[in-house]
Amino acid sequence: MSLTADDVNKIAHLARLGIDKRDVESYAKDLSGMLDLMTRMSDLNTDNVEPMAHPMGQAQRLRADVITEQNNREKFMAIAPQVEAGLYLVPKVIE
Amino acid sequence: MEWETVIGLEIHAQLATKSKIFSGASTAYGSEPNTQACAIDLGLPGVLPVLNEEAVHKAVLFGMAIEAEITPYSVFARKNYFYPDLPKGYQISQMELPIVGEGHLEIEVDGNSKQIGITRAHLEEDAGKSLHEDFHGLTGIDLNRAGTPLLEIVSEPDMRSAREAVAYMKTLHELVRYLDICDGNMQEGSFRCDANVSVRPKGQKAFGTRAEIKNINSFKFVEKAINHEIERQIELIENGGKVVQETRLYDSVKDETRSMRSKEEANDYRYFPDPDLLPVFISEDYKALVKTQLPELPQAKKHRFKDQYALDEENAAILTCSCQLADYFEAVLKDSGCEAKLCANWITGELSAALNKAGLEISGSPVDHKRLAGLLARISDNTISGKIAKQVFEEMWKSAATADEIIAAKGLKQITDTSAIEAVIDKIIAGNPGQVEQYRSGKDKVFAFFVGQVMKEMQGKANPGEVNKMLKAKLSQ
Repeated sequence: MSLTADDVNKIAHLARLGIDKRDVESYAKDLSGMLDLMTRMSDLNTDNVEPMAHPMGQAQRLRADVITEQNNREKFMAIAPQVEAGLYLVPKVIE
Repeated sequence: MEWETVIGLEIHAQLATKSKIFSGASTAYGSEPNTQACAIDLGLPGVLPVLNEEAVHKAVLFGMAIEAEITPYSVFARKNYFYPDLPKGYQISQMELPIVGEGHLEIEVDGNSKQIGITRAHLEEDAGKSLHEDFHGLTGIDLNRAGTPLLEIVSEPDMRSAREAVAYMKTLHELVRYLDICDGNMQEGSFRCDANVSVRPKGQKAFGTRAEIKNINSFKFVEKAINHEIERQIELIENGGKVVQETRLYDSVKDETRSMRSKEEANDYRYFPDPDLLPVFISEDYKALVKTQLPELPQAKKHRFKDQYALDEENAAILTCSCQLADYFEAVLKDSGCEAKLCANWITGELSAALNKAGLEISGSPVDHKRLAGLLARISDNTISGKIAKQVFEEMWKSAATADEIIAAKGLKQITDTSAIEAVIDKIIAGNPGQVEQYRSGKDKVFAFFVGQVMKEMQGKANPGEVNKMLKAKLSQ
C-alpha cells in the first residue's frame, strides 16, 4: 500500500502535527513501508486465533464509586497558559 | 408524491454516579467551574483512568431492562478529535464491543403500541463545556463535566413520525428514572437527544440520505425540530435538490435547523482500543445478581395498577409516569384504606394541579402521603364532603396541620345529625312557598335551588346525600 503526499498531509492535520513540507515525501515512503508490513501480516491465517483487545490478557479492575479527588483548581490553573474567572482560556472556537 | 419519514435517535443519558467514570472527582452539577476537574479529567500526562464499577452496574441494569444481550467482554476505544472541551484529544468510548447489545423498547402512540429496536448502548465519558461569552475574543473552558459517565443509547431507524420519536424518548426517559440510573434532568443536560432524520418516497425500501440534528433538549423541541427537518428535506427534494449528510443544529428561537459544521473530516475519528483500559468482563453470576435488582418497570406497573386497583387507562398512565408518583399513590392507598379510585382521582386531580401550579415534583410535595391519606379517610367516612375536602387540602398545602386538625379548628365537620338538617329544611320550605308550589307542580329543576339553600344555611357542612334524601321526602309530603 502506498501513501501519497496528500494522505500524509491529511493524517498530519488530523493529528494536528505541523510537519515540514520537505519531509512529506520521506514520511510517505516510511509510512507506506509500515503499512506494507501490516499487509504482509494480514496474509497470515488467523482463523483459530482469538482477537485480542489488550496484550496483557487481563480484566479491567473496577474502582468503587467514591469521591476521592479534592479541588485542586489553583494548582492546575497555575500551569495553564491563560485563565480567568475559574475558566481555562483557549483561542476562540466557533461551531 | 407521498413521503415516509425515517427517524433514529441517539440518546445520551448521564449516569447518576457520585464520581466520574474514570476518576474520583465529583459529578455534582452546578459547582464553581473547574473545581471538580482532576488531573485525569484534564488529561494531564502520566495519569491512568480506572473504571467506576457503578457506571458498569447502571449500564448492565439498563441492558437487562430492555432485554438486551449484555456483552460478556466489552472494550473501550479512543475516539480521536480535537476540541478544547476534550483536553486529551480523544474521548474514551466504546466502538466494536459495546457493553449493551441489541434490545428493544415498547412505545405507545394514540393507544397503539409499537416496538422500537435498540441497536446498542455503550459507556463513554462526557466532554467539558465551552463558554463563548466575551473573554477578550477567547473561549472559556469549564471541565467539571468532563469525565461524567454517559450511556449512549442508539435506536434502530424504526420511528416514522416526530410523535413516535417523542413517545420513544419519553418512554426511555421514564425507564432510566425508574431504574434510578439517570436523574433525567433535561435542563441540566442529563438526558440529551440527537435525531437522525431522512425521508423516502412511500414504498421505497432504501433509506434516503439522513441529516443529524444535534442536542435537542426538550420533548417539545424534539417534535418541532424533527417536523421542521422533514419539511426542509421534502421541499429540498421536490425542488430538485439533494439532502446532504451533515450535522444540523436546531434553533428553538427561529424554529429551524441549520448546518452546523462541515463534516469534511469530522467522521475520521480513527477509533482504536484504548491501551490504558483492559477489557471488561461481565460474568453470568453478575448478570444474575443485577437481574434480581431490577425494579418493577413502568409498563408492568401500569398493567398491575389497572388489574389490581381497577384504575382506568388514564389514571394508571399518569400515576406510573414516575416511580415516585406511583409509590406515593400506593402509600396513600395503604395509609388511608380508601378506595383506589378516590386516591387516584385526588392525586391526578387536586394534588397534581397544585404541584404543577407550584412547579414542583411529587418528591417536593408540601403534602406528604400521610397527610393526604388522613384527608381522604375523612371523605370516606363522611366526616367531610368532597367539596369541603378541597378547602381542607388548600389549608394543608399552606401549613403542616393534619386534616383532622384543620377540620376541628375550622368546624368543618359534616353534619349528619338528621334533626339538625331537618330543622333547616323545614325553615327553607316555610320561607319559600312559591318555589315549593313550582316543585309540586312538576318543575323538578327547582330541587337544586332547595339543595343550594340548605347547604348555604349549613355552610356546606351538611351531608349532601342526607340532604337530598330528606328534601325529597319533605317536598313530596
